[in-house]
Amino acid sequence: MNFELLAQLLIYGFVVGTLYGVVAMSFVLIYKATQVVNFAQGELLLIGAWVCWALLTKFQVPFWIGMPITLVFMFIFGVLIQIVILRPMIGEPIISVIMVTIALSTVFQAVMKWIFGVNLQPFPPVFATTTVDFFGLKIQTVYVMSLIVSALMMLGMAYFFKASKYGLAMRATAFNQQVAQSLGISVKNVFAVAWAISAVVSAVAGVVVAVVNGVSSGLAGYGIKVFPAVILGGLDSVGGAVLGGIIIGLLENLAHFVDSEYLHWGNLYEVAPFYVLIIVLMIKPYGLFGTKDIERI
Amino acid sequence: MATHTLIPAGDFRTTYAADTTIFPTAMSRNFAILGIVLICFAPMVLSQYWLSILIQIGIFGIAALGLNILVGFTGQISIGHAAFFGFGAFTSAYLSNHFPIPVFFTIPLAGVVTAVVGLIFGLPAARLKGLYLVIATLAAQYILLDFFGRADWFTGGSVPASAKPFSLFGTNLRGDKQYFYVVLAYVVVCFLLVTNLMRTRDGRALVAVRDHYLSAEIMGINLTKYRTLSFGLAAFFAGVGGALYAHYNQVVSNEGFGIDRSIIFLAMIIIGGIGSIMGTLMGTAFMVLLPESMEWLSVALRGSGIDQMLALKNNIAFLRETAIGLIIVIFLVFEPDGLAHRWRQIKAYWKLYPFSH
Repeated sequence: MNFELLAQLLIYGFVVGTLYGVVAMSFVLIYKATQVVNFAQGELLLIGAWVCWALLTKFQVPFWIGMPITLVFMFIFGVLIQIVILRPMIGEPIISVIMVTIALSTVFQAVMKWIFGVNLQPFPPVFATTTVDFFGLKIQTVYVMSLIVSALMMLGMAYFFKASKYGLAMRATAFNQQVAQSLGISVKNVFAVAWAISAVVSAVAGVVVAVVNGVSSGLAGYGIKVFPAVILGGLDSVGGAVLGGIIIGLLENLAHFVDSEYLHWGNLYEVAPFYVLIIVLMIKPYGLFGTKDIERI
Repeated sequence: MATHTLIPAGDFRTTYAADTTIFPTAMSRNFAILGIVLICFAPMVLSQYWLSILIQIGIFGIAALGLNILVGFTGQISIGHAAFFGFGAFTSAYLSNHFPIPVFFTIPLAGVVTAVVGLIFGLPAARLKGLYLVIATLAAQYILLDFFGRADWFTGGSVPASAKPFSLFGTNLRGDKQYFYVVLAYVVVCFLLVTNLMRTRDGRALVAVRDHYLSAEIMGINLTKYRTLSFGLAAFFAGVGGALYAHYNQVVSNEGFGIDRSIIFLAMIIIGGIGSIMGTLMGTAFMVLLPESMEWLSVALRGSGIDQMLALKNNIAFLRETAIGLIIVIFLVFEPDGLAHRWRQIKAYWKLYPFSH
């Protein structure tokens, strides 16, 4: 048993897992507020990362200016997607809405490849030191930063929903659209803001991943890994999404450990989350914290 | 999704059988037969290029038809259809190579084997619906693709599996000209099968599950059975299409069965018209011709300012992907009932010509 490798993998799994959690959180945000399953979530990460990369390398903007510009861009971008594409789809059958987001993800990915190419581009270094000591284990600074940023975003989201007026409006809309509307909440605005926040949060996660691993179109894979996470946590639970993300991240790397030490099947960590997904769907379809659908006639 | 057909004045249906005929009028039946006869002459007239496009339309059309049973008639969504298509291709190649079964029989057999796999992945459908089911099919897509990469005995691993050419009574049918008739025969048989399925109790049960599953259950339709069954049927046609694809190319590699292909299958039925059998064929033709037309576009624009600005030549693959995505969005926003609906409107316009009502 190779404990050092296990520890390294578990730490990495936790870091990746929190990032999954953040992306899953923004996915659930859209689902809860607007009942749209967003298959283009991964592309939001990708676009955020590419925009930030372009600002930093092509336009030589320092990080502390480039990042806010990226976020503002993503906010506007999220609102635009909602207004232009998703708003006409309100009231359409579920397959149409799903297909629109799938099609959007195809378009975004192709356009990003078109503009930025298919090669992995390294992100300019943001930190001076590369590793820190943590009880004898060498941990990359970017991992620590990633954890801190993820935790901050989760806390920010929790605060937003618990205390801010807009967060309350959003929760009310998620609970019952008609009642929310009759209480004077603009459901249109809530939908747009939900997309905007989701895009911004995804972009932050995208930039974090980009700082760690570099930018390439493979980043959009995070959008697919979100599904095992949200199913495990429950499709409409923000806390469940975070927990599900962390579990999937840990599990992926545990599978990688078992695979590399004992089984030698290769590539097990890529597909393990999907087996978990099928098993969860079979035995507990509404996840750990999801609301059970009760049907009344 | 209503299937209105215009009936000539004075033609009243007095029996239930008359109401469920495949062709509402003798005219439409004769035209359909004429169309099939005419297309039989296609290999003599058309060039190799157009023939291969027609064959592709036929092959993908069969697979898309399966998906339309699942999505259009039963109201379940699958984004793992390409994996089943690939499974059919590998199965038929494997059966024809390792067992003394003629290719003539391996194609339907591949369909049956794929249907069994489809039933297994359809089992969650017994408990799930809507979104949860979509995500289950997404998992099926990745698990099957992973299986293709892993099972060297089945798929040949990194070396693509070879598939024997189609043979009939001891003579090998090689080349596009002869294979065209094989595909045509399968297309006619499959489309007739599905049209007839929709006239039976089982077909109506599927539609009832789509329209209101609670009422369907109250009326004595076994939801679990029909939801799983539709998965099996969809996988069957995907398998048949995949097998035809395998014996057409005579080589099956791991490429081309990914989620992007599944999206294209969904695009075919959305553009053609969800729940429309003829629309499936129209949508397939559209989606097969779309990448080709992008190719023509880039050739036409070669050397012009647009070409230089966008570097079309090197990015033709991305242009195609973008076009596919944009077309899906445009159809969903502006023409959600698909080409079949547009076609009906055109027919109605000419029937009612001088007066619009």
